[in-house]
Amino acid sequence: MVGRPEPSPGLLRRLDDIARAAFPASSTALLMVLAAGPSGVPGLVPAAALPCIIFWSVFRPGAMPPPAVFLLGLLQDLLTMAPLGTGVVTLLVAHGMAVAWRRFLVRQSFMFVWLAFCAFSAGTALLGWLLTALLAWNLPAPAPALHQAALSAGLYPAFAFVLSRIHGVMRRAEDAP
Amino acid sequence: MWGRGAGRLIRLSIPLRQALARLSLPVLIAAAFGTMLLGKADAMLAERARIALADALAPFYAAFAEPARAVRDAAEDLQRLLVLREENARLREENEHLRRWQAAALSLEAENAMLRRQLDFVPERAPAFHTARVVADGGGVYARAVLLSVPPEIQVRRGQIALDERGFAGRVTEVGSRSARVLLATDMNSRIPVTLEGSRVRAMLVGTNGARPRLQHWSEGGRPAEGERVVTSAEGVSFPAGLPVGVVRWTEGGVAEVELFARTDRLDVVRLFDFGLGGILPPEAVARPEPRPRR
Repeated sequence: MVGRPEPSPGLLRRLDDIARAAFPASSTALLMVLAAGPSGVPGLVPAAALPCIIFWSVFRPGAMPPPAVFLLGLLQDLLTMAPLGTGVVTLLVAHGMAVAWRRFLVRQSFMFVWLAFCAFSAGTALLGWLLTALLAWNLPAPAPALHQAALSAGLYPAFAFVLSRIHGVMRRAEDAP
Repeated sequence: MWGRGAGRLIRLSIPLRQALARLSLPVLIAAAFGTMLLGKADAMLAERARIALADALAPFYAAFAEPARAVRDAAEDLQRLLVLREENARLREENEHLRRWQAAALSLEAENAMLRRQLDFVPERAPAFHTARVVADGGGVYARAVLLSVPPEIQVRRGQIALDERGFAGRVTEVGSRSARVLLATDMNSRIPVTLEGSRVRAMLVGTNGARPRLQHWSEGGRPAEGERVVTSAEGVSFPAGLPVGVVRWTEGGVAEVELFARTDRLDVVRLFDFGLGGILPPEAVARPEPRPRR
């Protein structure tokens, strides 16, 4: 993937590469759409989007480029009733920070990454709340933002468990000759 | 994905590509703020986009609805299983309780039978009845009456009592060879002796041609209470005591009316009971000889 010299990659191989590159963004979008279904849990869409985006931004930034984050944020705004653009801004900022600190975060233990993610989710919720307040020009109730932050922080280990298994499988597939 | 694709198409130099990659995030954040302003400026735009997305996703959700329901049902089953133990204990306790009551009931029944033997009590025989279909509403002398189709082999007598599946409906006034007319309790000419079930106060149920007949002539001091049940009274020997008639309703004008249990406006089948009572027969005296002797 990273400029390995390959004389003539076969069709299957290329399809494999494309699928691997497209998996993180498309699976995140699918999860968000599923979370938007009638599950009865409020705030599930942002709580499902953030762990996926942070995970892939830290561990595989090549597969989660900023334009994909932009589109996912737009999807989140359209799926939820949030003001258009707030999700885009918050997810892009979170993605930018995760990419900036990824060299440091990748080497840390799971617990530390989770703690960092808790900070991310709190910061994202705060930023979203501020943007909503700014757009509506009055202070919305803080409870939904807190709920969303807690929900996504609590969901992260489950997401990380599954996604790190998938990430490991992808890496093995890439390392195979 | 983007940068790589573009780089493959147009051979950009590596520093330029790196610079582009570094620039893409700030540019996109600026675009996101632009989106925010756009959404703020044109609220309809966001709504339209949401509706378009919902339209596109509707088949997807429809396809997922079935498995999602299965999962939810499974979760509910699990929850129900968890409370099953508790409920089982409760039911066992209740069962024990009911068993005690059953024992009490059986012993009371035995005692009752014993006492009846002592008294030489003659039980009431179950009244015979025929079911007849209502074929026509109204007509005839009365405003509120129905015509029944009666097979010729069934003997119908004047003065028989018609009940629908809920309660008292009226009395047979005219009998033909294949039909019978029932004067409903709602007719202006209907006068039915009744008892207020709670207070045992006697009164007359007087039809008004409206949906609810009036309650009149109750004894002094026995003002009917709202919602009290009204049953027939055996006074005048025309009716057996205790047939359910309706409940008392006071109007805003202070008139006591009875909301009939029977649905007299949409009778389709009535049961004609022969209690063997003569008493005061409805008006229009003997039209044809009584087929059955009075008791």
